[in-house]
Amino acid sequence: MKIFRTHALVCSGAQCLSAGGNNFKDALSAEINSAGLQDEVQIVETGCMGSCEMGPMMVVYPEGTVYIKLVPSDAAEIVKEHFLKGRPVKRLMWNASGKEFPTLSEIPFFAKQTKLVLRNCGIINPENIEEYIANDGYLALGKVLTSMKPQEVVDEIKKSGLRGRGGAGFLTGLKWGYVASQQSGDKYVICNADEGDPGAYMDRSVLESDPHTLLEGMIIAGYAVGAIKGYIYVRAEYPLAVKRVALALKHARAFGLLGSNILNSGFSFDIAIRMGAGAFVCGEETALINSIEGKRGEPRKKPPYPSTAGLFDKPTLINNVETFANVPVIIHKGAQFFKKIGTATSPGTKVFSLAGKVNTTGLIEVPLGITLREIVFDIGGGIPEGHSFKGALIGGPSGGVVPAEHLDIAIDYESLDSIGTIMGSGGLIIMDETSCMVDIAKFFLKFTVEESCGKCTPCREGTPQMLKILQRITSGEGMPGDIENLERTGRIISRTSLCGLGQSASNPVLSTIRFFKNEYESHINEKKCPSSVCDMKPKAMENKNGKKIRVRKIA
Amino acid sequence: MKTDKKMPQVDMILRREGLSRDSLIQVLHAVQEDMGYLPKDVLVYISSKMNIPLSVIHGVVTFYNFFKTAKDAEHVIMVCMGTACYVKNAAGVLKAIEEYLGIKAGEVTKDGKYSLRMVRCLGACGMAPVISVDGKDVYGRLTPEKVIEVLQKYK
Ligand SMILES: Cc1cc2nc3c(=O)[nH]c(=O)nc-3n(C[C@H](O)[C@H](O)[C@H](O)COP(=O)(O)O)c2cc1C
Ligand code: FES
Repeated sequence: MKIFRTHALVCSGAQCLSAGGNNFKDALSAEINSAGLQDEVQIVETGCMGSCEMGPMMVVYPEGTVYIKLVPSDAAEIVKEHFLKGRPVKRLMWNASGKEFPTLSEIPFFAKQTKLVLRNCGIINPENIEEYIANDGYLALGKVLTSMKPQEVVDEIKKSGLRGRGGAGFLTGLKWGYVASQQSGDKYVICNADEGDPGAYMDRSVLESDPHTLLEGMIIAGYAVGAIKGYIYVRAEYPLAVKRVALALKHARAFGLLGSNILNSGFSFDIAIRMGAGAFVCGEETALINSIEGKRGEPRKKPPYPSTAGLFDKPTLINNVETFANVPVIIHKGAQFFKKIGTATSPGTKVFSLAGKVNTTGLIEVPLGITLREIVFDIGGGIPEGHSFKGALIGGPSGGVVPAEHLDIAIDYESLDSIGTIMGSGGLIIMDETSCMVDIAKFFLKFTVEESCGKCTPCREGTPQMLKILQRITSGEGMPGDIENLERTGRIISRTSLCGLGQSASNPVLSTIRFFKNEYESHINEKKCPSSVCDMKPKAMENKNGKKIRVRKIA
Repeated sequence: MKTDKKMPQVDMILRREGLSRDSLIQVLHAVQEDMGYLPKDVLVYISSKMNIPLSVIHGVVTFYNFFKTAKDAEHVIMVCMGTACYVKNAAGVLKAIEEYLGIKAGEVTKDGKYSLRMVRCLGACGMAPVISVDGKDVYGRLTPEKVIEVLQKYK
C-alpha cells in the first residue's frame, strides 16, 4: 500500500455530482499531476458528506479543511497554496464564526451530529470494498458467524432497543424474533429501499455512499432469522444507488462474504436487487411484497403478517435501509454502546433530510432526543434572510407539523406521537412565515389522492372528498362547517382504510388544523390567505370528461 | 394472444431475467431501458413467452408510473414537486417552463420535441428546487428565470 501525505476527499454523492463535482475532480487531478504531487496527494471519491447545500465539497486530511461550492478553476489555487505551500485557501473554506481555519469538527453543522448509520459516508469510496473492510467493515459479520448462535444475535438486537427506521418505529428485535421462531425452510429477508416520502433522501445516501453497511446488516439478519435469500427493493428513480449496490454485491460475492458457505461457516445467503417502478404505496410492506412477486403493488390484508406469510407466502423479515445499517454497529460495538446514545425508549440515532427554509440543508444524523431547536438553529444555522420559523413538516405525507411553540420538543417516538405527528422515515422540512399551512395540507393530500392504489373504498373515495374541500377553501369558496367536515372525514378514513397509506392520509390535515386553525378560519371567513400563497380565486372544476362544473354554493 | 414474430432482443432479456412470474417487472424494466418505452407488440410477445395473460401484464404496466406505453419526446423535462422543492417555489419554476414551452405538465409539445412532467423527489432536496432533463442531467437551486437559461441548452 502506498502512503500519501495528504488525502483529498471529494464528494461524489449525487447532489455534488449534479452541481458539477466531477468537473472539479478532473481539474484537481490534472493540477496535482502537473505539480508533480501524484505520489503525495491522493484523491478519494467518497459518498455524500451531508451538507448538500454546499456542494461540490472537498475535505482535505489530515487537517480536516472543508472546501465548499467548488468550481474547476479553483483547483489550481488549492494545489498551489494548500498542497504545495500548506496554506489553506480561506476564500473557498466553510466559514465558521470565531475560527480562522475551521476544521470539520468545528463547524456547527457537523459538530452536533452523531454518525452511526452514516459513519462511512463521505469518508470511504463506496465502490471499493477494501475501504469498507479497512474501516471495521464485515467485522460484525465475522463475529456473528464465528462466535454467536442465531438466537444470540436476535437477543443482542432486542437488548439494543433498536426501533424500525422506516416510519412506524416497531421494535426490530421483536420482529426478528417472530421470523426466527417460524418453522419453515424457506425464509426471506427484504430491505425496504423504496423511500417514498417525497422530499427526503436518507436511504438513497446510504445506498450510494456505503452500500456494504446495508449488505452486512442484511446478511446478519439472514443468519439470525434463518433465511436463504434477501431482496433489496429499491426505487427505479435512484439509478446511481442501483449501480453501486449491484457493484457491492459483486464484490461481496468475490470476497466470500455472500453466496454459499459464507466465510466457511456453512451459512449460505444471497441477495438480489428488485427495482420499484414509481408507486408510493409500494413502500408499504405487503404491497412491496406483491411488487417483488411481479404483481400490481396493492397491499394485502393483515394478518397474516409478513413474519408468518410474506414473500411467496413464506415467513419474511422486512426492514428499512437505515434499520439494517444500524445492525453492524450494534453487533460490533455491543447493545450497551448503542443504548448510551439517544433516550431510554428511543435509543440510537436518526438520519434526517433537512430541507426547506433553513440555511444549511442536507443530510444529518442526530442522537434521538435532540430538540427540534438544536436541529434547526444549531445544525441548520437558522432561517434565512430575516424570516422566522413557522413550523417543521415531519413524517412526509403520513406525518404532521411541529409549530414554533413546540420548538423545544425532543425528537423521539413518544414525544412526537404526543403532539399528533410521527417520526416517519426522516423527512424534515422547515417552513417560514411565507408558507401557508392550508396549502401544505392540500399539497400532501393531493399526493395521497394520486397515490392511493384504489383497492379500498375509504382511501380511494374519501381522500378526494377532503381534497375538494381544501381546494374550495384555498380558492375563497370555503364554507362554515368545512373544518369540522375535514376532521370527521379524516377520522373515518383513518379508521377504515386497508393499509397505512389511507390510515395516515389525513394526518397532515388534522395536524395543521390542530395548530393553525386560525389560518383555516381566515381562508374560510375572511376569504384571505394570511401568507398570500393561495390565490383565493374561485375556480371552475372539471369533471371526469373535462367539462367545466361549478362548485355548488350552499345558501 | 399468439404471436409469430421473433424478437431476439427481448429473448435475450427473458433468458437473463427468467420466465417465472416474479420476473415480470424486471423484464419490463429491461425492455423499457432498451427501447425507451413498452410497445404493444412487445407486451404481446412477453405475454406468450412468459405465459401470463396480456390483461394481467396490462394491469401491472398501468399500475406503475414508471412504465411508459408510448414513445417519449426528444427531451423529457421532469420538474420535482416533492415537498422540499414545493416549499422553495417549484410551482413558480414549473409555471415558467409551461409558459416557455407553451404546454402544461403531462403534455408534449406539438413538434414532439419536449415533454414536461411532474415528479416526486429526485433525491436532491438539498438543492431544491430541482429539475432533471432526459433522466440524467440534474439542475438545482433554480429560479423561474434560471430554469429558462437551462432549457435553452436543449435544442
Ligand atoms: C404508504 C406507506 C409507505 C411506506 N413507505 C415506506 C418507505 O418508503 N420506506 C420504508 O422503509 N418503509 C415504508 N413504509 C413502512 C413499511 O410498511 C414497513 O413498516 C417498514 O419497511 C418496516 O421496516 P422497519 O421496521 O425497519 O421500519 C411505508 C408504509 C406505508 C403504509
Ligand atoms: S423534494 Fe425535490 S428533490 Fe427532493
